[in-house]
Amino acid sequence: MNRTRFLAGLGLPAHCILSEEAELRPYECDGLSAYRRLPWLVLIPETIEQVQAILAHCHRLKVPVVARGAGTGLSGGALPLENGVLLSLARFTDILEIDTANRLAQVQPGVRNLAISEAVAGHGLYYAPDPSSQIACSIGGNVAENAGGVHCLKYGLTVNNIAALKVVTMEGELLTIGSHAADSAGYDLLALLTGSEGMLGVIVEVTVRLLPVPEYAQVLLAAFDCAEIAGNAVADIISSGILPAGLEMMDNLAIRAAEDFVHAGYPSDAAAILLCELDGTRAEVDAQLEKVHALLTRAGATEVRTARDQKERQRFWAGRKASFPAVGRLSPDYYCMDGTIPRKHLGRVLATISAWSAEYDLPVANVFHAGDGNLHPLILYDANRPGELERTEAFGSRILELCIEAGGTITGEHGVGMEKIDQMCTQFSNAELEQFHAVKRAFDPDGLLNPGKAIPTLARCAEFGHMHVHGGALPFPELERF
Amino acid sequence: MSGPDLTDAWCARVKEAAATHRPLHIHGGNSKAFYGRPVAGDALDTREHSGVLDYEPSELFIRARSGTALSEIEQRLDRHRQMLAFEPPRFSPHSTLGGVIASGLSGPRRPFAGAARDAVLGIGLINGKGEALHFGGQVMKNVAGYDLSRLMAGALGTLGLLTDVSLKVLPRPETEYTLKQVCTQQEALLRCAGWTANPLPLSGACWHDGRLYLRLSGTEAGVRHARHQLGDSLLEQDDGWWQRLRDQQLDFFRRDTPLWRLSVPPATPPLAIAGDWLIDWAGGQRWLYSNENAATIRQLTGSVGGQATLFRNAPDSEEVFQPLPAPLFSLQQRLKQAFDPEGILNPGRLYQDL
Repeated sequence: MNRTRFLAGLGLPAHCILSEEAELRPYECDGLSAYRRLPWLVLIPETIEQVQAILAHCHRLKVPVVARGAGTGLSGGALPLENGVLLSLARFTDILEIDTANRLAQVQPGVRNLAISEAVAGHGLYYAPDPSSQIACSIGGNVAENAGGVHCLKYGLTVNNIAALKVVTMEGELLTIGSHAADSAGYDLLALLTGSEGMLGVIVEVTVRLLPVPEYAQVLLAAFDCAEIAGNAVADIISSGILPAGLEMMDNLAIRAAEDFVHAGYPSDAAAILLCELDGTRAEVDAQLEKVHALLTRAGATEVRTARDQKERQRFWAGRKASFPAVGRLSPDYYCMDGTIPRKHLGRVLATISAWSAEYDLPVANVFHAGDGNLHPLILYDANRPGELERTEAFGSRILELCIEAGGTITGEHGVGMEKIDQMCTQFSNAELEQFHAVKRAFDPDGLLNPGKAIPTLARCAEFGHMHVHGGALPFPELERF
Repeated sequence: MSGPDLTDAWCARVKEAAATHRPLHIHGGNSKAFYGRPVAGDALDTREHSGVLDYEPSELFIRARSGTALSEIEQRLDRHRQMLAFEPPRFSPHSTLGGVIASGLSGPRRPFAGAARDAVLGIGLINGKGEALHFGGQVMKNVAGYDLSRLMAGALGTLGLLTDVSLKVLPRPETEYTLKQVCTQQEALLRCAGWTANPLPLSGACWHDGRLYLRLSGTEAGVRHARHQLGDSLLEQDDGWWQRLRDQQLDFFRRDTPLWRLSVPPATPPLAIAGDWLIDWAGGQRWLYSNENAATIRQLTGSVGGQATLFRNAPDSEEVFQPLPAPLFSLQQRLKQAFDPEGILNPGRLYQDL
């Protein structure tokens, strides 16, 4: 395809087009910088009509398209194509309407996650999903990836917190999915589109649901001399009938890194800490604090602290929220994993990761959304040392397969993208993958939207050496695998 | 109590139906037989494929076969002081888990604790080619592949024969209070819009016949405190009221004329349609008996951004569900094709030609 001829037929204003190598370079990767590819062309439209025109034009000429929001994704979902258009939604940054009576905000896809909560704070409302990248990531990308955060146990993921989408299909047709009511007629396409990684349509507008800011929130910090005991304490809290707003765990390496970085006041000799946030009315939280404090002590915590004031509460959280960059200071590079496991397997999974860490000679720091079982092992490596990235990836793959084997999943909130596409062959059977492809064809028969991501072809799986794990049972379960 | 695993037998049954182009009419306890359009096909009763497969109270998760009785699941949860937070209606004691999810219906707690689809974590299904597939899982955070499990909620069995369902469960509140206030529909909607914008432990808000019923859930101290923020109200002693609302056992629902379910943005002012109204979900779900013609009801509901369903006693001449715009309907048809190329799974239950 000739670029000049392609653009001549499109009629997009010059300031919406990037085609020089130096201009294309910033788009060669997203938040997963290990994967890079220079796009053929970057288009940055300003109106929905332009998005429709671009997609219809690409559809006619069979040019593939990769949509991109803020580019903070961690799975290479916005990795461009050398023969395709990189469609940036960066100029869609308006908050269109705030409907306080129905607790909805209608926003363009390029609006940052945190900007929504900031815009509605004056009404005592907020948008609940809070991925760690919330100051930078955009809501369109959040929907495409079904982003999570630290409050998912109580408040759910993106899919549980949005009401409607406007989506442009590959043919250039504008569809409204969902509504401002609680539900809509027909199939639940809102759920299907959320987390579909830009494979089914391009999101050009999002209506999110807002929640009242809780009257009061308080956090407890508990220290443990063994990670498994901390894991059991989590089960104790949840079995007791309390649903914490956030329940986070960090291991010793993560604790020390965060402590050195932001001086959060963590006990740096603990094997693990738990942060347990409770929110609700003052009366509700006070009653629960007492109960959780007692539970944690009984579960074997070596120390339990309640934040003395809101400032200390912020500091406890600052340490957790800064744990990725904090770990980043320990090592030239780190690789962030994103598996989910049933919590009861936490002790075993952590022990196995620790054993492999020694085997691969690569340190691992663990931060864990303990409430919902979402594990983020951070593997520390140095890309400049020959072979170390490959070793890291091999180690990472084994961790993901361990998550599947424990009855979990290869991705809790970061998406499959390019990064975990081979592990999809392990998590799903050929018939299941083929069902995904059939759904994709219902939206995009020519396979032009974000091709090659999220769902592997059966041929790719055959090459990868397919080992499908069904219902947590590996073939030949008697064999020792870790 | 677990019965035999019928997955393989069902796969064979679906394959045969596909090969012979004989549609299947999938049903559980038939408690919702009134809901949706009639299906012509060979009956497939899911109730023999039953049993709770996995229940872990500390993981807030339960997995059971689709034919399992809802009552069995609720009893199991109750023993551990847990619940299905979306409060699926029980129109008869024979409700099955498969039917609960296929219909996707939720009860009074829905605006405060999420809908049936929000509770779905994973699903096993047999597609129209007779292949047994699993999507999602038992964990809350899972973004591997498209979300095909939530897509099954409300699809009325037209995309797949459900074999098992994994659901998120929640702890049962320590205490619940029901309060009653006397007010008009308009006043009730205004009050609900105000309260839901504030951090109150509300778990139900329903208006009917000049009375607004409010439910508060939480710790004893929290609920007692919140009660005073809701203004003058009487404590309702009848603690079965919400259950009767949930299961449509209130006198309001005992009629054999068409019952409309209107789903609208909750703060929408009272709609100008003459009839008998019951407002649930703090304004978001409105039940209506009316002599007004269907087109007018649908048009008015659509104009405020909602949709209207002929929930019960639909006349044969009317569509049950709100008609979809053409491009959206053809997309849904292609989706149906992707799961069920021969069109043998509950064809026409949701819409004609779907």
